[in-house]
Amino acid sequence: MATVASSKSITVTVNGTTYEREVPARKLLIHFLRDDLDLTGSHIGCDTGNCGACSVIVDGTLVKSCMMLAVQADGATIETVEGLAEDGELNELQRSFNEHHALQCGYCTPGMLMSATALLRANPSPSEQEIRKALQGNICRCTGYWNIIEAVKAVAK
Amino acid sequence: MSVETASEARASAVAPERVEAPLKGWAGQSVPRKEDKRLVQGEGLFVDDIKRHGMGYLHFVRSPYAHAHITRIDVSAAEAIPGVYGTLTGEEVAALTDPFFQISSPPGAHVKDYALAVGKVRYVGEPVVAVVAETRELARDASELVEVEYEPLPPVVDARRALDEDAPVLHEEAGSNLMWTGVYEWGDVEQAFAEADRIVTIKELHFHRFNSTPLECDAALVEYNRGVGQWTIYTNNQFPGFAAIMMGPALRVGLDKLRFVTQDIGGGFGNKITSHPQLVVCCLLARKLNRPIQWTEWRTDFHMSMSHGNERWFHDTEVAVKEDGTLLGFRTKALDDAGAWLRYEPLGGVIWAQVTPGMYRWRNIRLEFTQVATNKAPVSPNRGYSRMQHLWFTERVIDIVAHELGLDPVEVRKRNYIRAEEMPYETPNGCVYDSGDYARMLDLALELVGYDRIEERRAEAASRGKLLGVGIGSTLDSGTNNFGQSRLINPELQFSGNNEVATVKLDIFGEIVVTLGTTPQGQGHETTAAQVVADILGCSVDDVHVRAGHDSYWNSHAGFSGTYASQFAVTGLSAVKGATEMLAAEIKKLGSVILGAPEEALELADGTVRVKDNPEAALPFMACGAIINANNAGLPEDLDVTLNCRYVYRPPFQPPDVERKYGNLTLTYAAQVHVAVIEVDPETGYYEIVDYAAVDDCGVRINPQIVEGQVMGATAQAIGAAMHEAFEYDEEGNLLTPNFYDYHVPHALDMPPLATGAIESPSPFTPLGTKGMGEGGGAGIHAICAAVQDALRGHGDAIVWDSHNPYRRVWEMLQHPERTRELVEVKAA
Repeated sequence: MATVASSKSITVTVNGTTYEREVPARKLLIHFLRDDLDLTGSHIGCDTGNCGACSVIVDGTLVKSCMMLAVQADGATIETVEGLAEDGELNELQRSFNEHHALQCGYCTPGMLMSATALLRANPSPSEQEIRKALQGNICRCTGYWNIIEAVKAVAK
Repeated sequence: MSVETASEARASAVAPERVEAPLKGWAGQSVPRKEDKRLVQGEGLFVDDIKRHGMGYLHFVRSPYAHAHITRIDVSAAEAIPGVYGTLTGEEVAALTDPFFQISSPPGAHVKDYALAVGKVRYVGEPVVAVVAETRELARDASELVEVEYEPLPPVVDARRALDEDAPVLHEEAGSNLMWTGVYEWGDVEQAFAEADRIVTIKELHFHRFNSTPLECDAALVEYNRGVGQWTIYTNNQFPGFAAIMMGPALRVGLDKLRFVTQDIGGGFGNKITSHPQLVVCCLLARKLNRPIQWTEWRTDFHMSMSHGNERWFHDTEVAVKEDGTLLGFRTKALDDAGAWLRYEPLGGVIWAQVTPGMYRWRNIRLEFTQVATNKAPVSPNRGYSRMQHLWFTERVIDIVAHELGLDPVEVRKRNYIRAEEMPYETPNGCVYDSGDYARMLDLALELVGYDRIEERRAEAASRGKLLGVGIGSTLDSGTNNFGQSRLINPELQFSGNNEVATVKLDIFGEIVVTLGTTPQGQGHETTAAQVVADILGCSVDDVHVRAGHDSYWNSHAGFSGTYASQFAVTGLSAVKGATEMLAAEIKKLGSVILGAPEEALELADGTVRVKDNPEAALPFMACGAIINANNAGLPEDLDVTLNCRYVYRPPFQPPDVERKYGNLTLTYAAQVHVAVIEVDPETGYYEIVDYAAVDDCGVRINPQIVEGQVMGATAQAIGAAMHEAFEYDEEGNLLTPNFYDYHVPHALDMPPLATGAIESPSPFTPLGTKGMGEGGGAGIHAICAAVQDALRGHGDAIVWDSHNPYRRVWEMLQHPERTRELVEVKAA
């Protein structure tokens, strides 16, 4: 067991704000976001990297933030669910989730939104199968995914 | 004496009094949810989001053995680490608390259940010691320094062996592993078998162990106010009323010392009802260490220790059938596996009886129910709790009978379904099915999968080497419990009826504020409550602010408050309706004084109270709120108006007849008919669902989109349970599926095409015509089981005997159909 964890100073830009923090080397990025920066929108639903509730975008790449150490994010630009709304207004994808009843408890929703955001950036006109594939790393226990798929489809160009 | 017929039964039904017709307006519309705005921005407030200065993180040291004596615990090395705040052991728990109240009559009543293991562990993952430290990581590390010495004992893992003479005994105080047993018999079973043309016997059926695995695990943040001796428990427990009555006596305090607060809950499905042991540990540590305690369960901990669904065996089933497929009755022995502790059990031993005959007219039923303890995680309610197991059994019986007698499963269902014109229908055990048209639902579901072309499709699939199968699952989602049914388990219990509370007030600036006693986990209570309020007050849903979550400081709760067992649309919304009607009457009373018109001449519209014939003469709600709350001098002395109204809805129930095990056990009976079409690859047993229809009838739908969402979610969970999800143990009692690596829940790619349909048979017994709903997913398990059996028809004719049919089991059934054929027999009576 490690009684004294080594730590490191890191600088990250999250949703446009730059933070400099001292973090233990062992700390997961998701715990850094939630506990140190109080960005609690990203959630934790498993301890094995399966559920995707913690999905964020790091330097343009979709990442499960429980599978990355905070120190690995040093210098990175990170986008989380808190950064999706534009000037306090829900963006098109968020509105579509609301209109299509694509969420119930809302716990998986931040991760779903980030996965869908990454998909739509890479592929603005995904097929239904491409949407399903892009969301396969995100578990939802409430909706059965049908309405989530519809919500993403409605935003696809 | 002849066998009682369904129509005779109807004549003797004692139905609750009918109530008024439902509302119109906002209700009935798919209003987009009010909750979503915060949730899609990551601004929901889930327990783990809450932080407090100086809080300590709690981690549990858990048992690595399924069954063992604890011979020594040493926490000194863990406590010596800087940053470790303290620990709690079973010995301390036994000194500081009393064992949890047991629902069971003897022998289960003798079980001594504490918040941590005392002297002995009884399943892998059982909490033994709690460690609190400055960080999550440190708490986890320090836990590894806690030394626990065990003396392993042989475990009992298979419920069928639990009552063997040489079986290891979990709870010595109870004498054996028998926790509860009871015989239920209604009608004239002997006579039914005497009148039968055929008797179909089924040696063994097995409903497997799984649960709904809400994505957010259990969690709490607990603060202790030393001065007043009160704990504030921020939690995601979904039934605070139950937690309170378990925790208060254990902690030796009155319920006012336990303040429960919830806001957003990341899924519950019944699995978050029984976290009271962990909450007691948090309470003890908050008091002992004088600091807030934060506990968030890890996924693997959840899988190993929390709320598995009831695993159930059905043995020696006999079904009395007429030549034409008319079902006269059945007898069976249900063996329920409670796991190591009775945390909500043995209520599963009676909850099934809410739906004793399923959707069918059979009148003569005998069921011997036995519940045993095993060295596995304790069971607790899981979506469809106990009814799902029983309805799976009745649906299996229907399909096995049809299969063995060469009858059409559609015809057998239609012949035996309770008919629309027989509603309200009294079942053999006194439950009153309120309304419904099951045959019409079946027709609709069949139409949605294109059933008229099914034989063509079967041939087409065969041409591709695939076996096509169609299966039906028809189930009831009984809702709004009569807690009096607990007396059938233990006549000493003093519970009956049900209740829920809402308050609605008009505040100084005209704010309409609603508080609920419920603890929603995604069911959209803020939205549907606002729809009901807006219709009564004549305003917009946007004008109605429904507070998120539950807080026992709000005084808007009662003994049964919470969100569980398919009841909000009845209990919650009826409370909202009652409180809002009280408020509306008060607004009119005040309006009458201010506007100088009689109350009868007034109406509520556009956020005002106004004179019907002269809408110019209007008093805005804002003025009403201001007058009563802040500008009330000069009002008539006898004006009894506070604009702050509290209503307790109490459903019309009588305590059941304990001797006869007879009475109405729930107020409403929503119905589901699901149809699955699958294609099986006979080489591998791999199969996929190629078409799926889910038809639901939950009476009046306040928000059809939310209702459909519940149907979809329940369907997805059923598909997962039927095909993929199982809590499987090895012989030593190790859980083989302790996290999402091994426990596969459906992903977006797993979901079949889905068609949903709905009919509305308003409940005549509820104030809004609504029925509780949301748990109807069991229908999917039955439909898939039936579809597998249908696909294998003519290919060995295997009988589907287990609720869990992963590809390997289908392959086994194809390879060795005789192993399942041995389970059934048809006898001429």
